[in-house]
Amino acid sequence: MSGMLEGKSAFVTGAGSGIGRATAVAMAREGAKVLCADLSGADETAAAITVSGGEAYSAALDVTDEAAVNAAVDGLVAKWGRLDIGFNNAGINIENKRDHWDRLDLFDKSMEVNVRGVMICMLAELRHMYPQRSGSIVNTASTAALSGIAGPGYVASKHAVLGLTRSAALRYAEDGIRVNALCPGATFGGMMSERHNPETLKRKAADHPMNRIAYPEEMAEGVVFLASDRASYMTGHPLAIDGGFGAQ
Amino acid sequence: MQGKVALVTGALTGIGRATAVLLAQKGAIVVVSGRRGAEGAALVKELEALGAKASYLQCDVAREDEIAALVDHAVERFGRLDIAVNNAGTDGASLPLIEHTAETYAECFDINVRGTLLCMKYQMLAMQKTGGGAIVLVSSTMGHRGRPRLGLYCASKHAVEGLVKVGAIEGGPMGIRVNAISPGQIDTPMLDRVAGHIPGGKEHIAAGPPLKRLGTPEEAAELIVFLASDAASYVSGQSVAVEGGKLAS
Repeated sequence: MSGMLEGKSAFVTGAGSGIGRATAVAMAREGAKVLCADLSGADETAAAITVSGGEAYSAALDVTDEAAVNAAVDGLVAKWGRLDIGFNNAGINIENKRDHWDRLDLFDKSMEVNVRGVMICMLAELRHMYPQRSGSIVNTASTAALSGIAGPGYVASKHAVLGLTRSAALRYAEDGIRVNALCPGATFGGMMSERHNPETLKRKAADHPMNRIAYPEEMAEGVVFLASDRASYMTGHPLAIDGGFGAQ
Repeated sequence: MQGKVALVTGALTGIGRATAVLLAQKGAIVVVSGRRGAEGAALVKELEALGAKASYLQCDVAREDEIAALVDHAVERFGRLDIAVNNAGTDGASLPLIEHTAETYAECFDINVRGTLLCMKYQMLAMQKTGGGAIVLVSSTMGHRGRPRLGLYCASKHAVEGLVKVGAIEGGPMGIRVNAISPGQIDTPMLDRVAGHIPGGKEHIAAGPPLKRLGTPEEAAELIVFLASDAASYVSGQSVAVEGGKLAS
């Protein structure tokens, strides 16, 4: 059976770890060619794909560097002829939600990476998708886009990602471009491993009706679905994958 | 999906039918139900032609005994229940609120809310015995917004949104995931009926969503099958829109 993303080309940010890495790998499994981008670690992800017979390469990339993002996306199109999928996943969570309410510097940094970074990536992608009149963008928001469960910069920036997603979805709906958001709950790897030890992860698991934390591969499956033609009538939607957390 | 036992209510037309077909194509064993036996038998033949095991049982979701019998049928015939798609529903009477009655209320809520609740109840009891499963409800964009002359339909679908959330919380410890889809303007017999009451009909409706077209039953079915599958193993308590962007506007 052919993959869900056969022949498509994809740009994935935050591909060096966690959800981004798992998604890049899953997209490749489904037949996509993937440019894996991250500050670091993306080369390992691309290597993991190519040794499994997939097609990928990597870029060391800061999503707040507009010129670098444009160059990376333009390079992908020069190589593969078109851009079908953008997964704008790079983000940071640098606040302690109790103690950092007075840290405007952390707020600014959160907004810069999580919001401006996503906007820069979307603009770079849309410059190719619009003339193609096709494309599927998925932005990584968070359950913090739907509630106030984290620090101010993180919550505000993730709400903003959802706003950008909806605005882009409406603007480009008639141009064949769909834009959706992934709202991950607590997920092993990447950001979560940096922030929590096994004991606090266990407590976090108990906050979820499914009584566990997600594996990054479970997020990847949602992104692959949204990116694929199977979601052809879905746009502007925040797909929360949160083990029932938000239902409470 | 290979070998999983799936149950679809309201399976004879529209989204239910497309879901039954897609489940069969992906290798599931499919129990379908509805209210018209001859169409049910024809659907079973179609599903079997796709290589699936399938069975039809008459079920009016307004009747608790028929719901219980349907779930029993799936378990007795195929040994277990892994997936349930509670798609049977009604658009109800198209009237302003000031013209609704206790009777029009019951017509709509007995199917969309009481029927959905009772389906969930018997399905969860069956799934609990085998360690879990996945339930998908069919809500609507009208579970999130309002529209004139669709008051009871809107209210009933808002109630379905409540059932999804509580189903996910209570289902978690049982290993049961509960989600919904919120379809918008999908090209089904129900939409044809609704279009009959609206100036401009179907064309007017199709121009509504940002994608400027109706969705197909197959597009709704793809989302249902995703939510029912192991690919959605951490998705629970969600109502996922398949509505051409309407809820973003």
